[in-house]
Amino acid sequence: MTVPPPGNSPGLAHRLFKPAVFLLCLIPAGALAWNLFTDNLSANPIKDITEETGTWTLRFVMITLAVTPLRKAFGWNRLGRIRRMLGLFTFMYATLHFFTYVWLDQFFDIESILADIPKRPFILAGFTAFVLFIPLAVTSTAGWVRRLGGKRWRFLHRAVYISAIAGVVHYLWLVKADIRRPVTYGVILAILLGYRLVDVLRNRNVRRSRG
Amino acid sequence: MLIRRPHDIPSSEITPEDSYLNRREFIRKTAALGAGMAIAGAGLTAAATATAGGPQDKWRPKSPGPYDTDEELTPYTDITSYNNFYEFGIDKGDPAANSGSFKPSPWKVEVAGEAKKTGLIDLEDLLKPHTPVDRIYRHRCVEGWSMVIPWLGIPLADVLNRFGPTSKARYVHFTTVLRPEEMPGQKRSVLAWPYVEGLRMDEAMNPLTLLATGIYGKSLLNQNGAPLRLVVPWKYGFKSIKSIVKINFIGTQPKTTWELSAPGEYGFYSNVNPEVDHPRWSQARERRIGEFFKRKTLMFNGYGEQVASMYSGMDLRKNF
Repeated sequence: MTVPPPGNSPGLAHRLFKPAVFLLCLIPAGALAWNLFTDNLSANPIKDITEETGTWTLRFVMITLAVTPLRKAFGWNRLGRIRRMLGLFTFMYATLHFFTYVWLDQFFDIESILADIPKRPFILAGFTAFVLFIPLAVTSTAGWVRRLGGKRWRFLHRAVYISAIAGVVHYLWLVKADIRRPVTYGVILAILLGYRLVDVLRNRNVRRSRG
Repeated sequence: MLIRRPHDIPSSEITPEDSYLNRREFIRKTAALGAGMAIAGAGLTAAATATAGGPQDKWRPKSPGPYDTDEELTPYTDITSYNNFYEFGIDKGDPAANSGSFKPSPWKVEVAGEAKKTGLIDLEDLLKPHTPVDRIYRHRCVEGWSMVIPWLGIPLADVLNRFGPTSKARYVHFTTVLRPEEMPGQKRSVLAWPYVEGLRMDEAMNPLTLLATGIYGKSLLNQNGAPLRLVVPWKYGFKSIKSIVKINFIGTQPKTTWELSAPGEYGFYSNVNPEVDHPRWSQARERRIGEFFKRKTLMFNGYGEQVASMYSGMDLRKNF
């Protein structure tokens, strides 16, 4: 008799897993909205909203990129079911962050925004990260996976690596003196991407030794 | 030196009060509108209850200054909760949260260098001969936000002249106290502690420059640089060094903390200048704390009449 591995057992926990994660992912946005409406942000609320949404975008990028390594290293295959959702939450927080800048900070002053993009490297990096997210969000549906074919779809979605690097650079270039926080994200990202690199190299060696 | 009385800002440049809304009200409304949130009702209720209240309502200057701005004052709660004071941490709320164990009294200040009288002096003795005055100044942070702050203090020139600076004294160098046990931010080398700043002698002697001891008529709180700080309203906020323990008259231009940290980004002068951007962000506009829309940043933070002559002939792009 085979016992299903604990990570894949169906049942109530299995059914509630995805909705529970969904709700968890909404907490940062909910907390921010709550603090805004109850006047618990600082004297410069627009800056707070910008920083919170930006920080959570970076965190969600890291969480999303951690799914595959965790699956492979620990066999937590259940995580595979929430990868797309986590990716879309990343996009949601990135969009909130982008519109905080365009709407609340610059108030749709297109001229000043366009002047900002080439002149401010950190804004260019952030803008690059955001723009690269858009095709990934659009092609996140099963229909698009079919239309593109798995191989091309996977290739396209590697753009998230560039986006993540651009996001960390964006943070690094905007802090004034203390680079501890952006460097922390950089280290986490290096581990997550390093894992993939090692994985690719190992598979290549395996294939070569077989051939 | 000719110091003209200001006509302050031409009234045409001041955003009329009715063209901007209270920021919180505005954000609540736009957020509610944009998100179509069910909690909009709660938000509007909160907006209704969040009307101003605090010292700014009752406070009136006892001794108005010749260069006071008549712009709306930033509420005391904002001035005392939104601070850059890296000695207590890098986040804006850190200074208020982490400065509880700092002891601003007793306090001594060392006066040193090219002056007739030097030595260690008790703060009370330093201040005793002077009558503090109220001065309402614009305060512009290099990060792009600003406040209007009613300082209480003594013109720096009055204090410096008592020590008889000699002709060799061309700059004044200031040092912040170094107390890692009371200032948790100093336990990490985010900046090279202790914090140091400097002014050219004519800048230090300018009637605008203030040695501040209070805000809204009350003694400075720890997060605002108690018990003694500099206020140089035409320069970015970081020039206004806090919790001063040393005043040194020197002959050569000193290096300042932010200059040492990032020489390409922060210069010795650091005059507010909308035309000279920070290498990484624009200085053309600023967000006045409490307002939603950004406003144009004024040359020398609006104090050109009082200070521009000190820099005539200087390339302000090079001497940023």
